[in-house]
Amino acid sequence: MNPGVSQKAIQAKGFWRAQRWLLLRRLSQVLVLAMFASGPWLGVWILKGNLSASLLLDTVPLSDPLTLLQSMVAGHWPATMALVGGAIVLAIYLLLGGRLFCSWVCPVNLVTDAASWTRHRLNLPTRPGNPKGRYAVLAGVLLGAAATGSLVWEWVNPITLSIRVITLGSLTGLWMLLAIFLFDLVIRRDGWCGTLCPVGSFYALVNRFGWLKIRLPAREKCDDCMACYKACPEPQVIKIPLKDIGAEPVIRDPACTLCGRCVDVCPENVFEIGSRRKASEPLQTVEIKP
Amino acid sequence: MRTRRDPKPPVNPARRKAIAQGMQYACAAGLTTLFLGLQSQKGKASGGVWLRPPGALEEPDFLAACVRCGRCVEDCPWDTLGLAEFLSPLATGTPVFNARKVPCEMCEDIPCVKACPTGALDPELTDINEARMGVAVLTDRENCLNLLGLRCDVCYRVCPLIDEAITLELHRNVRTGKHAIFEPTVHSDVCTGCGKCEHACVLEEAAIKVLPRKSAQGELGAHYRISWEQEDAS
Ligand code: SF4
Ligand code: SF4
Ligand code: SF4
Ligand code: SF4
Ligand code: SF4
Repeated sequence: MNPGVSQKAIQAKGFWRAQRWLLLRRLSQVLVLAMFASGPWLGVWILKGNLSASLLLDTVPLSDPLTLLQSMVAGHWPATMALVGGAIVLAIYLLLGGRLFCSWVCPVNLVTDAASWTRHRLNLPTRPGNPKGRYAVLAGVLLGAAATGSLVWEWVNPITLSIRVITLGSLTGLWMLLAIFLFDLVIRRDGWCGTLCPVGSFYALVNRFGWLKIRLPAREKCDDCMACYKACPEPQVIKIPLKDIGAEPVIRDPACTLCGRCVDVCPENVFEIGSRRKASEPLQTVEIKP
Repeated sequence: MRTRRDPKPPVNPARRKAIAQGMQYACAAGLTTLFLGLQSQKGKASGGVWLRPPGALEEPDFLAACVRCGRCVEDCPWDTLGLAEFLSPLATGTPVFNARKVPCEMCEDIPCVKACPTGALDPELTDINEARMGVAVLTDRENCLNLLGLRCDVCYRVCPLIDEAITLELHRNVRTGKHAIFEPTVHSDVCTGCGKCEHACVLEEAAIKVLPRKSAQGELGAHYRISWEQEDAS
């Protein structure tokens, strides 16, 4: 999130093409919240439960695979309904791309994007975190569940806490969201989702197999305006596919959240959302001088 | 001259660093205050005894099994259940109820158990009268109106298992010497822990309370033999 970063793109391609993935993503996030909230508030049950386990339209069970994994290492084999739900969710993200959850579903992204936006507004300096350290947190969550026999991560899990805020009006979850906002604002840019959240890490592991990838079919047009780096929540994933002529022009780093913001903000249309298929060998361009 | 349109206003890097550092300290202080404040709320919030829904596995197993999804809560037609809050005495997000506020209404179809996707609420529980959410205990024998010699009987009358889970046992009123005392007496082998008695108790603070079975009941050492029960068995 970076205010102003899309100015050039808006001039070059028009408002819709420079903002569409962001707007669609916001629509998707709000729809997820609305589907959970409509039951308790309006009596129209679309999704019952929260993002650890839910029931879609009173028929399709959905459950978070990482939550079930914690339950298993804590010593409980979940009942069939939960397992079926976990298999459905895992299959969807395995097919499409794990971190789609982060950018299109997870309600915490609204908070972290707001922090990132404010951060750029205040022009605060950016210190990169360690993007690999997150897997240690993921391991810690599973070890914690195994050691205590309880789903300890659920004590602070901001994802389910925020769904509870809107379904059950439980306000205590707001403290965790505020803490994340402050952490991302002052301590580390996109620090929660980029370096800590174990759910994001789990879906990054799943992301490896996903079918959707960001492709760079026109990387030679890049004029180094840096808009994509400034807009991307995981900017380290862009550099090699964009700048290393020997590398394949496809973002395969599993940290990419498939948010599509790079596609939006690039005035030169370098990026597109596409499939994982191998890019044909980079063409050797030979300059012929008359 | 610099105008508003200048792309990059000059910043003093040292000043910017100082501001950023100041904000970091402020945030650290803010977060600490936040957690201490929440900790102090914890003491205030824990009034009353919290019980698990019908069919809940024994506590250590329940904490591993329940994924804190709240589907039992959303399917309870009486709004009995809620999810434990951040820093509450029971694990955040796990389903609980406070019988003094809203007791379990003993739904025959047990929708809470049906909703649970994980088995944390045991699907083997099909007869709600077999539920063991806790056990009622007449905790205050000094203020219970029946023990003072009146005929309140409210806890007894509201019990869904009246005359089985709770009975009125007749004693002589030693104070007056000529009246009777009808003592509400709970039978732990039948009481489900639904909490309707605690909810209905007419005192400001209930004299009868449902407690988790672990807290309420004693346990004989294995070497004790109760002679009259052994005689019955033989
Ligand atoms: S990293 Fe975690 S909090 Fe951030 S969007 Fe992904 S799942 Fe949500
Ligand atoms: S590379 Fe593009 S799609 Fe991936 S996270 Fe960054 S901005 Fe989003
Ligand atoms: S039995 Fe009925 S009233 Fe009692 S907790 Fe379950 S759903 Fe709620
Ligand atoms: S439905 Fe089951 S898993 Fe979900 S909160 Fe209730 S007891 Fe826990
Ligand atoms: S908790 Fe009270 S009302 Fe419920 S079964 Fe036991 S004695 Fe009866």
